[in-house]
Amino acid sequence: MSKVILPRRQLIARAGGLIAAAGALPLLPGCDAINDAPAVRKILSMGEEMNRAAQRALIDRDALAREFSRAELSPYFRPNGTRLPAGAVYAAHAAGGFADWRIRVAGLVARPLSLSMADIRAMPQRTQITRHDCVEGWSAIGQWTGPQLSGILAAAGVRDSARYIVFRCADRLGDALYYESCDMVDALHPQTIMAWALNGALLPIANGAPLRLRIERQLGYKHAKYVNAIEAVASLDGIGAGKGGYWEDRIDYEWYAGI
Amino acid sequence: MAEAETPVAPAKLEPVRVYRHRLPTRLWHWINAATLLVLLMSGLMIFNAHPRLYWGEYGANFDRAWLVIGSTADAGYLRVGDWKIDTTGVLGRWTDAQGAVQTRAFPGWATIPTSYSLADGRRWHLLFAWLLSIGLTLYMLWTLIGGHLRKDLHVRRAEWSPRHIWHDVKEHARLRFPRGEAAARYGILQKLSYIGVIFVALPLMIATGLTMSPGMNAAWPWLLDIFGGRQSARSLHFITAWALVAFFLVHIAMVLLAGPVNEIRSMITGWFRLPPERGA
Repeated sequence: MSKVILPRRQLIARAGGLIAAAGALPLLPGCDAINDAPAVRKILSMGEEMNRAAQRALIDRDALAREFSRAELSPYFRPNGTRLPAGAVYAAHAAGGFADWRIRVAGLVARPLSLSMADIRAMPQRTQITRHDCVEGWSAIGQWTGPQLSGILAAAGVRDSARYIVFRCADRLGDALYYESCDMVDALHPQTIMAWALNGALLPIANGAPLRLRIERQLGYKHAKYVNAIEAVASLDGIGAGKGGYWEDRIDYEWYAGI
Repeated sequence: MAEAETPVAPAKLEPVRVYRHRLPTRLWHWINAATLLVLLMSGLMIFNAHPRLYWGEYGANFDRAWLVIGSTADAGYLRVGDWKIDTTGVLGRWTDAQGAVQTRAFPGWATIPTSYSLADGRRWHLLFAWLLSIGLTLYMLWTLIGGHLRKDLHVRRAEWSPRHIWHDVKEHARLRFPRGEAAARYGILQKLSYIGVIFVALPLMIATGLTMSPGMNAAWPWLLDIFGGRQSARSLHFITAWALVAFFLVHIAMVLLAGPVNEIRSMITGWFRLPPERGA
């Protein structure tokens, strides 16, 4: 560090910076105006893009979420979001043990499918004990069983032009049925399964019966419950308001929820 | 050491100035101060979404939380372990700017944004986390390459002696700060504080933050092993954030006590006026 002894100098000019710094304090109550400004929102959304790009670069396509032992299961797996879809149609399905539930596989596929729960259970199965991370901050560990989404997409002959997979759900939240989407990296990931069992029993209604998505490297709201359609699309533009998911379209949750 | 060519001046009247903070330090200091403020306030918003902390890998409403900020029908409370304190008005139950009673954990004046929005809190937090990480990485490299670590922050052998440390603690407690030439250098407590913030607390914030990311868990599963699970990482993230707030409070107190204009000016212009020796 260089040390210089200087003759006297005016100090007032240098206090200018101090006053400028103090001047920023009254801005604090204006924070919400800043938060709501369109330009600021645009800048804020850069973070999502940076996180997605960084994580896609850093995480191997097939890098697995940690799997746990049965001893590490949460004593109770907390349900969240819809706990019981409203309406007579769903109630009738539930009363009938979802025997007539169909999962439509459509969009950019060579062979559109309409799968029953028996079809789903007849496919090769994967069982995994993973940690579910809610965007709110809590975590629960559960054991999930179901076919890999990649197997379902292969059976339907998903086309190369498909860039996203959209999940349609039977639960209505406010003004719309729930929906979510993911890109092909996560759709084809080995741990991405359509689960019909939790902890060795049929999936409870509160957790998404009869079928829900498990997309283990992303947060809980991506894990669509009560799924009745799987669509392959080239763009998210025509889905809801175009951001790819129910919460993404309504309150600006990130579409890429790996963090 | 370069001396200006002034003739023998009455030393008593001529304040001795030293160039104390180089540009990277000043720049990083202020960017980091603003960044940490945003991260703290948006972090409190995120905490409000689930104001409970756990140890281990999992933890949700039905599991035992070691820390809870909650509310009863007419009161707010903070519970840590078995210890519970009424916090009505500040935590768990408070009145917002419009006069409405809210039962979120941290009050609106402490969060970004003011009214509850987990989505917006996350957007601020996850963008400014980049500023923190990039700024800290560059500053760490500069302290190594630019000699700041070796020349200014390196704790010398003699300074490690308990007697020396205890002496510095006593001097601080008596509010007797170094004067003259000694004021141009960092004391042992200052060195340990700055090293602790730059090389321990801030990296810990970033690492525990990354450990909460399910994506990062797939890429770097060892993060979970280091911190003992995602919920432990979340707890450590929260604790370290408050350790940084504690550092901030002491830091501000010291600036005020040591001469706020001189101290703050030195962090803006770099030039620090040495307090004259006692009796001078």
